[in-house]
Amino acid sequence: MGGYSYDELGAIFAMQGFSGISLFSVLLLMALGLAIIFGQMGVINMAHGEFMAVGAYTTYLLSSLTETYFPAFLPYYFLFSIAAAFVIAGVMGYLAEYILIRHLYSRPLDTLLATWGLSLIMQQSFRSLFGAREVSPTLPDWLLGAYPATDMIDIPINGLFVLALTGVVTLGVFYLMFKSSWGLQVRATTQNRAMSGAVGINTKKIDRYTFALGCGIAGIAGAAFTTIASTGPTTGSLYIVDTFMVVVFGGAASLFGTIASAFSIAQAQSILEFFISSSMAKVFTLFVLVLILMFKPEGLFASKVRR
Amino acid sequence: MSFIYDKLLGGKSGALGLLVLSILILVVFPLALDGFRLNLIGKYLTYAFAAMSLVLLWGYGGTLSLGQGIFFGLGGYCMAMFLKLEASSPENTAIQSTPGIPDFMDWNQITELPWFWEPFSSFGFTIAAILIVPALFAYIIGVAMFKRRVGGVYFAIITQVIAVILTVLIVGQQGFTGGINGITDLRTLNGWDMTSDSAKYLFYYINCALLITVIVLSRFILTSKFGRLLLAIRDKEDRVRFSGYDVANFKIFIFCFAALVSAIGGAMFTLQVGFMSPSFVGIVPSIEMVIFAAVGGRMSLIGVVYGTLLINFGKTTFSESFPELWLFLMGGTFIAVVMFFPNGLAGLWEEYSTPLMKKIRAKIQPSVTAKPSSSSYETKESK
Repeated sequence: MGGYSYDELGAIFAMQGFSGISLFSVLLLMALGLAIIFGQMGVINMAHGEFMAVGAYTTYLLSSLTETYFPAFLPYYFLFSIAAAFVIAGVMGYLAEYILIRHLYSRPLDTLLATWGLSLIMQQSFRSLFGAREVSPTLPDWLLGAYPATDMIDIPINGLFVLALTGVVTLGVFYLMFKSSWGLQVRATTQNRAMSGAVGINTKKIDRYTFALGCGIAGIAGAAFTTIASTGPTTGSLYIVDTFMVVVFGGAASLFGTIASAFSIAQAQSILEFFISSSMAKVFTLFVLVLILMFKPEGLFASKVRR
Repeated sequence: MSFIYDKLLGGKSGALGLLVLSILILVVFPLALDGFRLNLIGKYLTYAFAAMSLVLLWGYGGTLSLGQGIFFGLGGYCMAMFLKLEASSPENTAIQSTPGIPDFMDWNQITELPWFWEPFSSFGFTIAAILIVPALFAYIIGVAMFKRRVGGVYFAIITQVIAVILTVLIVGQQGFTGGINGITDLRTLNGWDMTSDSAKYLFYYINCALLITVIVLSRFILTSKFGRLLLAIRDKEDRVRFSGYDVANFKIFIFCFAALVSAIGGAMFTLQVGFMSPSFVGIVPSIEMVIFAAVGGRMSLIGVVYGTLLINFGKTTFSESFPELWLFLMGGTFIAVVMFFPNGLAGLWEEYSTPLMKKIRAKIQPSVTAKPSSSSYETKESK
């Protein structure tokens, strides 16, 4: 790290740290959905990235609709598009569970293949509907620009917004999973399906809504994603492996672990990117993760639940 | 004699299946197809090695690896490095600023051959590397994973991540690996023109011979006591462990063997196609190998060869004429295979052909009816 003064290093860490926060937010939103689906239901959803893309394309679609028909509405549409992304991705997740996943619960490796097939179909649908080119929505003015914290450090506003959104969604998921009676039913089903059924929980319905919720959160991740990068048909597949690493590294059934691992992975990746090339930063991060997982296969924060 | 018949060929129906396959790839294809199409078939058959490795690992071992592309790629790259060094002799590369090193190194301002390239100028070392490097890599991964009882879904995800790491590394280190384009312009093998028709036919036959050898060898492994234990591990791992077996060692062995088989496929790929690139290493090719195995039948060594041929033939035909339709079809195939025929083509064949054969036999010889079914080893074991 020769050649940089301490001040400069501090500024570099702060700036890269903030750019890492955008990555952290998207990874966390993706991983929250996946942690619910994978951790609670044991389903490996390889199409999760495509549900994120559904959210991103929804935002894009709403943005172009607003621009054409209600230009005055442009500053506010983004908030609605987040909700729309959640609902549309959630409904698609609901259908996917109903048509596909529910037949495969006893064969986790096969859900992996079936959802990979689903992701191929969804990718090609995006390409047919929106074209192969990357698209991005017109962002409202209040999302653009940067807030100058010191003369060396600029904090992009979209990063702050996405961070706040992530915070809200994370709190919502916490509330839903650990405070509401619905969350209690989900956790009961995870721990003992037969017993939950015996006490009157409709476990099939719980499965369907859990899966839909996970996909809906991926949709929100997609809406957030549009503020930091443009969306193409294969955008989702670029993030799926990283997201799985976040979930596995954090400990599949632990939401707190998911947050911690999303943060450490995003920050390691982002800060390393400044010093070595971004591809080597990725290699290094993933390699360290695999090494750690070899010594601690259950992840950072394993659930203490007996299986 | 009966040892060979039962253990290596897999009894009556196994021997018959192998015979039909051999006739198809050794006689029918070379006679019916022109050089270009035959080369294409040869390329598909190299994928069949990877698909077969998944039969052993996934169908019989119950461990799904989403990283067979790693080993296919390692084998292919070892071979490509040897061929590239031969193609970059100082006379051929006289126009470069540093003659005698591969062209992509010269483009990336590297002036000296890296140390790990040096031994690949020897053909003997290269062959040894193809057989040892991927298996050794699999051994390291296997020991780290299976000894700590990581399996199932986690193993699949971690092998996938390793495939990503390797791809990003190859693409990122352009000067040492040729980057995204891979190692190209491979023309001669020990001074012998690889692009000529006679060379292509020879490589095709070597490829087929290796394929049949691998089938026979795998049959031998699967019909041995080891094969029985492998199935037992797949179905009730704990019970095998409590019986006093070290489950991890069995899984490590089959993982290494699968890596070796895939690596042979990769090396033959480089020889027949004339280049190697990271697009045969990463997530997508690795998952495609799984679909070849799934479509062919994850429990059938011969079925996966047909599965590989069918999917690749479909891919070539469709992506030429309807590129849009291909991904829909591929995705649909994934879903259909998983949901409706988990035993793939081989399963369908058993389901429909065996009763039909029995009916025909009963018609010809009405006296011999109550004979127990002589279905193949593979169906007896499948659930």
